[in-house]
Amino acid sequence: MALELVREKWTDKINTVTIGATKEEGGSRRSKVVAGGEATLPYLFDEGDMPNPPVIAMEVLDRVPDNWPQVLKEPFGDVLDDPARWAKKCVDEYKAGLICLRLQGTHPDFGNAPPDKAAEVLKSVLEAVGVPLIILGSGDDEKDNLVLPKCSEVAKGENCLFGDAVEKNYKTLTAACLADGHNIIAESPIDINIAKQVNILISDMGFDINKIVINPTIGALGYGMEYAYSIMERARLAALMGDKMLAMPFVCFVGHESWRAKEAKGPESEHPEWGPESERGPLWEATTAVSVLLSGADILIMRHPKAVAIVRQTIERLMPNKNKVESRG
Amino acid sequence: MLVIGERVNGMFEAVGKAIANKDKEVIQNLAKQQVNAGADMLDVNTGPAAANQVDVMKWLVETIQEAVEVPLSLDSTKPEVIKAGLNLVKKKALINSTTADPEKMDILIPIAKEYKAGLIGLTMDKKGIPRDMSQRSEFAAQIVTTCQDMGLDLDDLYLDPVILPVNMTQPHAVEVLEAIREIRLLSTPPPKMLVGLSNISQGAKERSLINRTFLAMAIGIGLDAAIMDPLDKDLMNAMITAELLMNKNIYCDSYLEAYRRK
Repeated sequence: MALELVREKWTDKINTVTIGATKEEGGSRRSKVVAGGEATLPYLFDEGDMPNPPVIAMEVLDRVPDNWPQVLKEPFGDVLDDPARWAKKCVDEYKAGLICLRLQGTHPDFGNAPPDKAAEVLKSVLEAVGVPLIILGSGDDEKDNLVLPKCSEVAKGENCLFGDAVEKNYKTLTAACLADGHNIIAESPIDINIAKQVNILISDMGFDINKIVINPTIGALGYGMEYAYSIMERARLAALMGDKMLAMPFVCFVGHESWRAKEAKGPESEHPEWGPESERGPLWEATTAVSVLLSGADILIMRHPKAVAIVRQTIERLMPNKNKVESRG
Repeated sequence: MLVIGERVNGMFEAVGKAIANKDKEVIQNLAKQQVNAGADMLDVNTGPAAANQVDVMKWLVETIQEAVEVPLSLDSTKPEVIKAGLNLVKKKALINSTTADPEKMDILIPIAKEYKAGLIGLTMDKKGIPRDMSQRSEFAAQIVTTCQDMGLDLDDLYLDPVILPVNMTQPHAVEVLEAIREIRLLSTPPPKMLVGLSNISQGAKERSLINRTFLAMAIGIGLDAAIMDPLDKDLMNAMITAELLMNKNIYCDSYLEAYRRK
């Protein structure tokens, strides 16, 4: 007797979020990214459609990163002090689908760059590349509430993705994104209840839920990755069963999390049994990325080009018929 | 849980008047209010006093469908009245209801099949109210078997274990809850269970408190649907909270609001 597979019938799907706007749409991007829209659990194509493959953004800082290990700095050569050139290298050489500009230099402890300086950097990156942009504050709430609205205004019309809004500090960023037509990242600390709550708070301000992306906060491999995985899984199940306040695409900060691990950056000289860091670091990042792909990550923010290449290959193998050209410069 | 709004019933004074005066606005406002308050479906009952129940049912269905888009539950003891409604509904309707009497099931199950409607089956017969949990289960089994024999998909059947007022037949509240538990064992997946909630407090004091307490208890034991008053905000909040406690929805601080946003 043939085994009859039990297939789920989901009633709802994940929202579709578009990042980037072309000239005709009021922006200047030469490509756009569409994320989400899944009608099934990750890659279970037999039970529903996954119209949009996951996309990879590469991270660019507005200052020379001072805690990136050599293995991570090496692929970027001499562009690390120029965000525009850095972004261009990520797109032209490493085929990033989006650029994630992290305005770390505006943090009071890391240079305290004023909002105007951040806006200048943003403008230079917008001019340097044609891919859509993700723009992150420094994590200092007070400063971000000055910097991000300024940047939002400067990028008006480009339909960027700004972040992060958190439960205790979401109003300023939401208002700015609402006014200037951008998408927003809603962040929660590996807590599905807070994730749902932040989405409600943001949409209570009149913000379109189809312009929200969830950052569930992930842990790297070895540092809580499974916990984040289980939260993403629960959220997806709820969304497919009709929970509109959890039906947003996911963004995962894979680079930021995985390169914190000593297993990623520790030199072989200190850990001879771990093998060369030139392989280990990118693999730590790639493994973290692939794992969260399987729990539904739609946008991966990554750092090392080798990891990016491995993950891109993996996505192409998972979705051979949905190979879209990620960037056209 | 499927919330079926009970307010469009000719037995309520305002509705009876509106029917007599052909006052569309009263009916349509009531329909909209119930849907806005969270009703997934609306029960439509001409009331026994209506002169020509077939015509009144038609008028009610047309009037309501001009205002709201939710499916309707057609509430009548007369098959011709139900058919009159079924001919006009735009969405899949629910027939409210049959009993376990073979002669009734023989008429209403084919109608349900013909019109692709759902059917509510009361676990009682013409001999009167069911005695206890066991008798309710027996009737339920009869209804389920007859539906299966006559080819009605069990997905379209809702079993109603017949609630009685707590101030008249107090032991029955527990019997109904236990019947819900027992009847759900009859098939896999379990048959869907429904109650006409307001009957639990008919004629008693503290109607709202009794209604919402019983609803929470029934949801805990597996209730799938209720004909109830969605305009009772405390009742709706209790329903949403009971579902939360049954792990049906993910908690967030604004969980009441989140439910209402669906």
